[in-house]
Amino acid sequence: MSHYISITEAERAEMLAAIGVQGVTDLFADVPEALRFPELKLPPALSEIELRRELGAMSNQNANANSHSIFLGAGAYNHFVPSAVDQILRRSEFYTAYTPYQPEISQGTLQAIFEYQSLICAMTGMDVANASHYDGATALAEAAIMAVNSTRNRRTVLVAPSVNPQYRAVLRTYLQGTGIRVRGDENPHATLDEVLALADNTTAAVLVQSPDFFGTLHDLKPLVARAHAAGALLVAHFDPIALGLFQSPGEAGADLATAEGQPLGIGLNYGGPYLGMFACSEKLVRKLPGRLAGATLDVEGRLAYVLTLQAREQHIRRENATSNICTNQGLMALAAAVHLSLLGRQGLRRVAELCYHRAHYAAAELGKLPGYRVEDRGAFFKEFVLHCPRPVAEINAALREHGIVGGYDVSQDYPDMPNAMLLCVTEMNSKAEIDVLVDELRAS
Amino acid sequence: MNTYEPPIFELSAPGKIGANLPALDVPAAELPANLLRSDDLAAMPELSETEVMRHFTRISQRNYCIDTGMYPLGSCTMKYNPKIHEEAARYAGFAGAHPLQDEQLSQGALRLMYELQTLLGEISGFDAVSLQPAAGAQGEFTGVLVFRAYHLSRGDTERNEILVPDSAHGTNPATAAMVGMKVIEVQSGPRGNCNLEDLKSKLSPRTAGLMLTNPNTVGLFEQNVREVAELVHAAGGLMYGDGANFNAILGIVKPGAAGFDFMHYNLHKTFTTPHGGGGPGSGAVGCTAALAPFLPGPRVEQYMQDGKPAYRFFTPAQSIGRVKSFWGNFGMLVRAWTYIRTLGAAGLREVSETAVLNANYLRVKLQGTYPAAYNRTCMHECVLKGQLAEAPQARTLDIAKRLIDYGFHPPTVYFPLIVPEALMIEPTETESKQNLDAFVEAMLKIADEARADIEILHQAPTTAPVRRLDEVRAARQPVLKYDAAKFAQLREEGSARARELATPRT
Repeated sequence: MSHYISITEAERAEMLAAIGVQGVTDLFADVPEALRFPELKLPPALSEIELRRELGAMSNQNANANSHSIFLGAGAYNHFVPSAVDQILRRSEFYTAYTPYQPEISQGTLQAIFEYQSLICAMTGMDVANASHYDGATALAEAAIMAVNSTRNRRTVLVAPSVNPQYRAVLRTYLQGTGIRVRGDENPHATLDEVLALADNTTAAVLVQSPDFFGTLHDLKPLVARAHAAGALLVAHFDPIALGLFQSPGEAGADLATAEGQPLGIGLNYGGPYLGMFACSEKLVRKLPGRLAGATLDVEGRLAYVLTLQAREQHIRRENATSNICTNQGLMALAAAVHLSLLGRQGLRRVAELCYHRAHYAAAELGKLPGYRVEDRGAFFKEFVLHCPRPVAEINAALREHGIVGGYDVSQDYPDMPNAMLLCVTEMNSKAEIDVLVDELRAS
Repeated sequence: MNTYEPPIFELSAPGKIGANLPALDVPAAELPANLLRSDDLAAMPELSETEVMRHFTRISQRNYCIDTGMYPLGSCTMKYNPKIHEEAARYAGFAGAHPLQDEQLSQGALRLMYELQTLLGEISGFDAVSLQPAAGAQGEFTGVLVFRAYHLSRGDTERNEILVPDSAHGTNPATAAMVGMKVIEVQSGPRGNCNLEDLKSKLSPRTAGLMLTNPNTVGLFEQNVREVAELVHAAGGLMYGDGANFNAILGIVKPGAAGFDFMHYNLHKTFTTPHGGGGPGSGAVGCTAALAPFLPGPRVEQYMQDGKPAYRFFTPAQSIGRVKSFWGNFGMLVRAWTYIRTLGAAGLREVSETAVLNANYLRVKLQGTYPAAYNRTCMHECVLKGQLAEAPQARTLDIAKRLIDYGFHPPTVYFPLIVPEALMIEPTETESKQNLDAFVEAMLKIADEARADIEILHQAPTTAPVRRLDEVRAARQPVLKYDAAKFAQLREEGSARARELATPRT
């Protein structure tokens, strides 16, 4: 009997007698006999001691933020996570609770969601934020669908080629059965102006990212004006860390705003679980996908929180729902709420400054190396493109020997950018670490 | 103990910070003035670490959770979440690995994913597995997209209908609609099973597939599963298996052998990765060899390098594309791998046998008082009706709320939609007989109370941190973020309500 089972053999016999069957196998008479009790060819069960050894060995085979200096971003970021964040996530009360459908005994989760929504609104300047999506990519894809559902007879979305290539791939997957067209990134180097020039009376939304995939910051205000002039909505995908210093989607006038929330208190986790952040303007709230917590009162007049406006959701509206989303990334939204509360107004700004200034220091130093050149794509935040004298894979193989995870090989997605490395510098990369990177590249 | 905790914004005071950050050690670069934000983040709170910890710890205590009690939520499989899982997922090489680092630097993570693909395939009887979908609904979405791609690849361009039983979870029809499919509802038969005649009448050359939950949402095994699959296949359609109820059939039956072409696994149900108050989940999917080329990528494959097995990503030839960034909710995959390796084949079968035993025990103990929707052996959950003889005014909602006062999380209520006043009870395999008996006792007491004085139920819960909520106010005057003025108004209304209650009625 496994150590998770709490029923003794004697109790089992007693229960079977109460049910009126001889043995537990009798309970499966409805399963066609020919299919019943197949052999499962699985490796033998392991004790906890053996599990730790096996898992420890697999873990030790992976480079990670403790073992290596990481200068890789491209959608997943090595940011500081205060110890307090995980201490909260480890509380059984949060992580072993279900979705708060019984609000009287779920006020902890509901208040956390409400505060998460509030913090996202405070930081983005948007009116409403939902309780989360799977990740930044799916948040952006669902924003495109929501934009189409919020406009009339407009079945095209424009996406800038500077939006993360994985996000654009997910967008196309999401839309493949809908008849909604995706345009704008046919030319991989089209500028935002060129993308906006395509907006017409069939355009439901324009999807832009700032800082974009290459780290470049954009002024979204004129883009919003142009999208609106064409009758389209503007969807802004942002980096929450950049909002410590730079223009928020709300002040730019964006209609919808999405982000990868992983930089807010969530580890790299080899790609997940992450956090899809999703916010919109007040007038679009009835089309919003996902869960929403709201404040209300109980029968005695106490302040309390509850899931609300559920008439948008699949368990009520079924095929007429705004989305099929059910399970989201609740615990990751809690991580973001705790993280934002710890950083607060000052901390958010200071982390953004550390990223900005260290990235600019790294770019300046790397740009001095013979054979290397930092591409001038305008103002940037924490990522920038470094043109190298050799293929990125070769350079990264050399860096690997020195405990450094180098930047992203841009040519994987932009074939006409050979030897281009997308480097990422955050508050985790000290000046000393940056200097080592510069020295290794000089030597290699 | 008063556990009320104000919104975090009301604890803020200028000048505080809750994080210990490094000093700037490089020269400051010039900032682009036209791109700076103009509000100086004035709406963000400012608190010390001490205050943040106390705030979130206090609000956590206003939650019910598995580690404090039984959670018999039908269709949600709220079983115990093992602690080794939490430790393992936090090992530095898992929690701190960058998803885009070289495959050579990620062999342990890739091996774990490869092994989990293989383990899930074996348990379910499928040839290929993708770990990418983030949740059950995204697994469904993946499946319907794969069906679409499969039909189109064969030049079968007219298949735009998905059949969904009337007992299905809401995600099934919502998913089909998201893929641009027309949803056709199939009626349930007298045993809660698929009505074969109705199914036959709805199958056509436009049928892309049928989405079937088995065991179904009334907790019964679809005895006719092979006949259903034969009918769907004969019409040129495909069989989608909603794996929400997979916990009942580990080592009992393989869906891949029962005629299903595709299914999703809710790793956050059957394989006990924690629910986290709503997520993250993981909706890994498995399918037959015929559908494997369409799976989302990348998946992981094994190859030989210097005579030793090594692992790498590959994207299936006719893949529908990515459904999310990177490779899936990897942290959940670590936990699921650990669970399967902890239990092995015999342990997994014991899970399902005990889950089914526990559910049937509750059924026989309760059905004399709460009528069973279907009077027969159930699988891992039983569906009863909150319709009490001699207490016709009792409602399922009131019974559920009264359970809270007895220290239990209520079952799933009013689902499935085809059962009036449904109480869907899934105890899971990890509950003790002592707990099951205590739950039975509470349910029977509630029935007595309903007969004696229905007001006891109407007033419930009275022992939770708050009592029943004004959901109408929440929806009609939405307060979806902190706003000092709106909170002042809420408090004023609250005080008025409290005064009204304190005034003796004449």
